[in-house]
Amino acid sequence: MTHPPYLSPAYRSTLLRAPSRPPLRMKADADAIELTSPVFGHHEVADHEADLTAQHSGEPLGERIVVSGRILDGSGRPVRNTLVEVWQANSAGRYAHERDQHPAPLDPNFTGAGRCLTDDEGRYRFVTVKPGAYPWRNHHNAWRPAHIHFSVFGTAFTQRLVTQMYFPGDPLFPFDPIFQSIPDAAARERLVAAFDLDATEPEWALGYRFDVTLGRTPMEDS
Amino acid sequence: MTTPSQTVGPFFGYALPYAQGGELVPEDHPGAITVTGRVLDGEGEPVPDALLELWLGETGTRGALDRRGPGVSGFGRCPTAPDGSYRFRTARPATPYLALLVFARGLLKPVATRIYLEDAPDPLLDSLEPALRATLIARAETADAYVFDVRLQGEEETAFLEF
Ligand SMILES: [Fe+2]
Repeated sequence: MTHPPYLSPAYRSTLLRAPSRPPLRMKADADAIELTSPVFGHHEVADHEADLTAQHSGEPLGERIVVSGRILDGSGRPVRNTLVEVWQANSAGRYAHERDQHPAPLDPNFTGAGRCLTDDEGRYRFVTVKPGAYPWRNHHNAWRPAHIHFSVFGTAFTQRLVTQMYFPGDPLFPFDPIFQSIPDAAARERLVAAFDLDATEPEWALGYRFDVTLGRTPMEDS
Repeated sequence: MTTPSQTVGPFFGYALPYAQGGELVPEDHPGAITVTGRVLDGEGEPVPDALLELWLGETGTRGALDRRGPGVSGFGRCPTAPDGSYRFRTARPATPYLALLVFARGLLKPVATRIYLEDAPDPLLDSLEPALRATLIARAETADAYVFDVRLQGEEETAFLEF
């Protein structure tokens, strides 16, 4: 099983929010609108939105990184022109969100949100800073491993994916109920980006590679 | 190998919502309808940090994200308010239903459902027992204002779908 179950008691917020019934398996219906997806236009997303380090007058503090990869469908084909959105904490582990109460500094030069459309090979690329780990109130001494939130569309509304990208070798993995909510260890590893020397830019930024494979649509299965 | 889902978390509010995201058509759009409601948890408490996405099945004349000028955007996005409420303004879909996805802190993957604007014969609706069927049908408050609550868990839990 790739995806986490809805109910994952160690992640306490699931207790009152996880549906108690399994979802109804839809019968094949070629006309179901969920088998289609929005089409995005380049007039809707500006190129500079993919650079999270250039949204303010100065440069954000932290380790500058380039995160790039490909969005693929279940058959390994590139998903072109699809919308990829990211958001993250700053290098100190603080979100530019009014409800984040972590007493770490905000960075006036970092908001931490970006988006782009994939190219004809399904590629995306963001320039950002490495986010810090941050505490949360799920249990005593709970800390989230450093992560970048990803939102991806795909070619069918059924493929819509929101996930989190992690960094290799994070010592917090064994203790994080959100990462560990994915039952299969190999599936968890697919959320860990790879350090990529080829994507690393000399004298400038480390590169990380994170490919995303969207689920098959039922029509492809039949 | 499919990439696993993770929760949208509590801090998407400064990143994913965009201006007029819940307004798929301008206010003066002929035949525009509103769909409002609340997202509720297993104790019937409002979920103040959910994100709803509405899909009409076609990108629309304005583009999915674009909100400029007259016409239709086929996609909408609306975060819930502190009282768990949301509000969309949209064109009537070509199908009897609108597709809805709900993301939230505590949902490790989204829930998918449909908002039917009328209780009429339909392959999905007809396959459900009456109480479950009722969870998919919006209540018409006026001819152009519909109410649809999403109950994530519990007795009147919304029928969620898997494709
Ligand atoms: Fe986060």
